[in-house]
Amino acid sequence: MKRISAGLAVALGFAGLLWADSPLSINGAGATFPNPIYSKWFDEYHKKFSTIQINYQSQGSGAGIKQVTEGTVDFGASDGPMNEEQLKAYQDKHGSGILHFPTVLGAVVPTYNIPSVSAELNFTPEALAGIFLGKITKWNDPAIADVNKGVTLPAEDIVVVHRADGSGTTYCWTDYLSKVSEEWKTKVGKGTSVNWPVGLGGKGNEGVTGTLKNTPDSIGYVELIYAESNKIPYGNVKNAAGVFVKASLASVTAAAAGAAKEMPDDFRVSITNAPGKAVYPISTFTWLLIPEKFTDSAKRDAIKGFLKWALADGQSYAEALSYAKLPKEVVAKEVKAINKIQ
Amino acid sequence: MATPTATVPSAGPLVGSRSFLAKLREGDEIARLITFLFAASVVLLTVLLVYELWIGSSLPRHKFGFNFFRTSVWDPIFDQFGALPFIYGTVVTAAVALILAVPLGIGAAIFLAELAPARLSDTLEFFIDLLAAVPSVIYGLLGVFVVVPLMRSYIQPALKSTLGFLPLFQGPAYGVGFLTAGMVLAIMVIPYIISVSREVLLSVPRDQREAALSLGATRWESTWKVVVPFARGGIFGSIFLALARALGETIAVAMVIGNQPIIKASLFSSGYSIAAVIANELTEATSNLHYQSLIELGLVLFLLTFILNGLARILIVATSQKGSAVGNA
Repeated sequence: MKRISAGLAVALGFAGLLWADSPLSINGAGATFPNPIYSKWFDEYHKKFSTIQINYQSQGSGAGIKQVTEGTVDFGASDGPMNEEQLKAYQDKHGSGILHFPTVLGAVVPTYNIPSVSAELNFTPEALAGIFLGKITKWNDPAIADVNKGVTLPAEDIVVVHRADGSGTTYCWTDYLSKVSEEWKTKVGKGTSVNWPVGLGGKGNEGVTGTLKNTPDSIGYVELIYAESNKIPYGNVKNAAGVFVKASLASVTAAAAGAAKEMPDDFRVSITNAPGKAVYPISTFTWLLIPEKFTDSAKRDAIKGFLKWALADGQSYAEALSYAKLPKEVVAKEVKAINKIQ
Repeated sequence: MATPTATVPSAGPLVGSRSFLAKLREGDEIARLITFLFAASVVLLTVLLVYELWIGSSLPRHKFGFNFFRTSVWDPIFDQFGALPFIYGTVVTAAVALILAVPLGIGAAIFLAELAPARLSDTLEFFIDLLAAVPSVIYGLLGVFVVVPLMRSYIQPALKSTLGFLPLFQGPAYGVGFLTAGMVLAIMVIPYIISVSREVLLSVPRDQREAALSLGATRWESTWKVVVPFARGGIFGSIFLALARALGETIAVAMVIGNQPIIKASLFSSGYSIAAVIANELTEATSNLHYQSLIELGLVLFLLTFILNGLARILIVATSQKGSAVGNA
């Protein structure tokens, strides 16, 4: 009997300990592209502060914006900034605004399968827009051949492959094409899903690469991280300064640094086609969407603490996972913006 | 479970005279109530589903009205949404699937039920049930890695050179498209057709066959003219199941159809189906109109299934009268 009561006391004490230590649970949802690093961050942060547990569901940028607006999650995440209409919807519903915090950077690369060509191809913005508009239909078109001297391009039809599922990758790609081609901007526009003038749709990065592999003389686009981790060759793109640049962590961070000087206070900025010689032009931030006002002060403090950590120590996890780090200027500006959270 | 219902017919004349309480005590009434509730819940679920889809799609219904069914532009950026290419793709892929799967499936079922030795039949049935349980994403992968290259390199060129005069088999062949999606769907629905049809054929009473044989019919004549017409209702049931699965299949179709909202006569062309576009775009639909248009597509798919099922049922009634006439003769 004595032993049982002693055991009970220990159990109760243990339960009490658990109770006191029960973690503060914070829920977020959104973009799939930064999911690997967010998972790593939330995990590391939980190891550091065991009282804070951040859960993240990678359901897509659209779902992230929707859920944070409806108030079903504490924060959202998106590969594209919220537009005016969405910001207004949030303001109307909550009576306060929502803040964008860039966390890491990604890039989108053109990838192709031409059986007769093994060289790395150069692409001008005009060529990419022309191909995806369906106006450049042969691989040996001068728009492609003139910047690839020494490569014998076949006189074959180009098969365009794009993402069929809505995605931040498509947002970045079409945002770039909208900037470099007036025709693209007025005819197609930018978004997570667009009305493609030509091309087959593959589901996900793997769907696009699968279709590329199956289809000779095809071209598509995938995330830099996906191309890197699956050893998929990709082409160079001519940037705004006229230099052909291959996507890399350095050239992507350079894009952000180029844009940092004109960074608006709300961080809703597109860095595609950013100025600078070393810049890879199809780069993008990915954002956390944090409400300006929290009713729960514990949650507010935890999120502020996490943001500070992610912008400082957290950045060191980026490159191992193939994400480009934020440039210093952007970090400094963001740290100031954290104080806006109330 | 079976006992009370079994006793009722024998106690036939007494049924009316028993009091409600007595029936309650015997369990009849309770069983009736409970099973009624179960049956009613299906109706309730259907109504709830339609209601939710209806409410959830109010924006595009008001904005586009009937044009939603007639236009073929799907542009999330400029807020133009038309369902026609998706309806077309869904119907065409389901039709291709059934054209391929029905003769194959029913033929196999006849062999298994009537002609094969029982042991072989049971062994094969085991494999067929296994096939029916394979998740559709696996069939999608099979489609991407096996069927698509096969189609592009062999089947489509062969069709083009032999039947290329038909508009169905013209144009560039990328491997993905209506025909490939239909083929993958056919592979997916065949197990359903075989499994259900075989059960139905096996349950045809023995005296039907014996009567036919005793009248001098051959084995095949008794199968084709007596057993199959007798089992017609159940065989059609298996085709309904297959049709429903083909119309609603999402992931496998999304992986091989090419995901392009266009309408072309050629089966080589890529296309899009309703279920595939919902799966592809719903999570990233950022504008309300886009989101609700996808919900409306869900409603359209529901209606489409409803209409096609209705048509199929009418077809059965029409043909089963003819069938029983054959049986009588």
